Amino acid sequence: MIDPASAIRLSLIVGLWCAVVGFPVAVGVGWVLARKRFVGRTLLVTLLLVPLVLPPVVTGYLLLRFFGREGPLAALDLDIPFTLAGAVVAAFVVGLPLYVMAARHAFEAVDPRYEEVSWTLGVPPWRTFLRITFPLAAPGLAAGAVLSFARALGEFGATAVLAGNVEGRTRTIALAVYTLLESPGGEDGIGVLLWASIAISLAAIAGYEWFNRWQRRRLDEPRRRGR
Amino acid sequence: MTTLQLDAKLELGPLALDLHLVTRARRVVVDGPSGSGKSTCLRILAGLEPAAQGKLVIDGNVWMDSAARVHVPAWQRRVGWVPQDALLFPHRRVRANLAYAAPDDAALHDVARLLRVEPLLDRLPRNLSGGERQRVALGRALLARPRLLLLDEPFAALDAPLRTELAAALAEHCTEHDLAVVLVTHDTAAAEALDGEHWTLSGGRIAPR
Repeated sequence: MIDPASAIRLSLIVGLWCAVVGFPVAVGVGWVLARKRFVGRTLLVTLLLVPLVLPPVVTGYLLLRFFGREGPLAALDLDIPFTLAGAVVAAFVVGLPLYVMAARHAFEAVDPRYEEVSWTLGVPPWRTFLRITFPLAAPGLAAGAVLSFARALGEFGATAVLAGNVEGRTRTIALAVYTLLESPGGEDGIGVLLWASIAISLAAIAGYEWFNRWQRRRLDEPRRRGR
Repeated sequence: MTTLQLDAKLELGPLALDLHLVTRARRVVVDGPSGSGKSTCLRILAGLEPAAQGKLVIDGNVWMDSAARVHVPAWQRRVGWVPQDALLFPHRRVRANLAYAAPDDAALHDVARLLRVEPLLDRLPRNLSGGERQRVALGRALLARPRLLLLDEPFAALDAPLRTELAAALAEHCTEHDLAVVLVTHDTAAAEALDGEHWTLSGGRIAPR
């Protein structure tokens, strides 16, 4: 028995958690990649991009080993595998590269000389970040959050391995659709899930575009428009 | 007392600067060909070129001494840096740009009046002309109560009469507040109105004219 409302609710919960939990990580790492040059930077970028190219099932398996009974975090008794938290972790890890790269681009779009002007006005770097850099990058960061949310909605492989496919607990839209397609006559029941997926995806893409356009407009100066 | 003592070396790609400048003047005008490093010279004074090596002393305060590993960061120098393209914070209206480091509202209105930007206070930078943006950037720098004002072609986008008038008003303001100024410009009228000591930067070196 599959409850479409439960699957939609779980997908939205997982997507929102990914967007929220990933925000400080994306802001921190994205800012470092955009503004700092250091030894090991290329290695950091490579490691960050790994989940993007690794088959999600493999990512899920590695996460299962990591959080499993014999994993390095076993002593913490985190209860991640086969729970909603596991679904969030799986979607978070798979979507993090997109989130971080979106944040990096959002910070790179902000001319660092704005920060320099702020310093010369007596405002130290941390306060300059809060008053200048962050507000200017904010729409781009929000676009990254939407992207992470949208990626989480589509997550299947890593979630299935780490969180399983438990009705009412970890069965998100993608897993519910897969389960229905595997069941005899199940195809008849996917209508609601299908339309919900399309509606949420379109809304997410529209949100992503809107935030990106907002950032471009925010940074748009007369000089760049040739006035 | 010496106002400004600068001995600095800096290599930035094709640009190699070896600057020696000592002056008691409160107003210094620097000119020189395009690409000679005039803007970079201002950035060294502002503390925005950490790769610069040498010594910088302003009014007896050591801001940079690479031998002694002293580098006062830009936010502790109290300079008013006005870059050539103004760099107004694009998400803040003119009033908020001016208020960024302003001590109070009264000072903000005084400077806005001096620079004739009062009617622009509620506009966003993207809705200003080049000359208006430069005036607001100058006002923002003045309101931070700087010890040293660093101006990079601040009047370039203004009409000739307004340029001379504002340069004269600025000179008066600097005298009133005993504010030292380094002005980078090609504009003879503005340089004359400021009535400063002239230096020329060329081939990586700076010399009195």
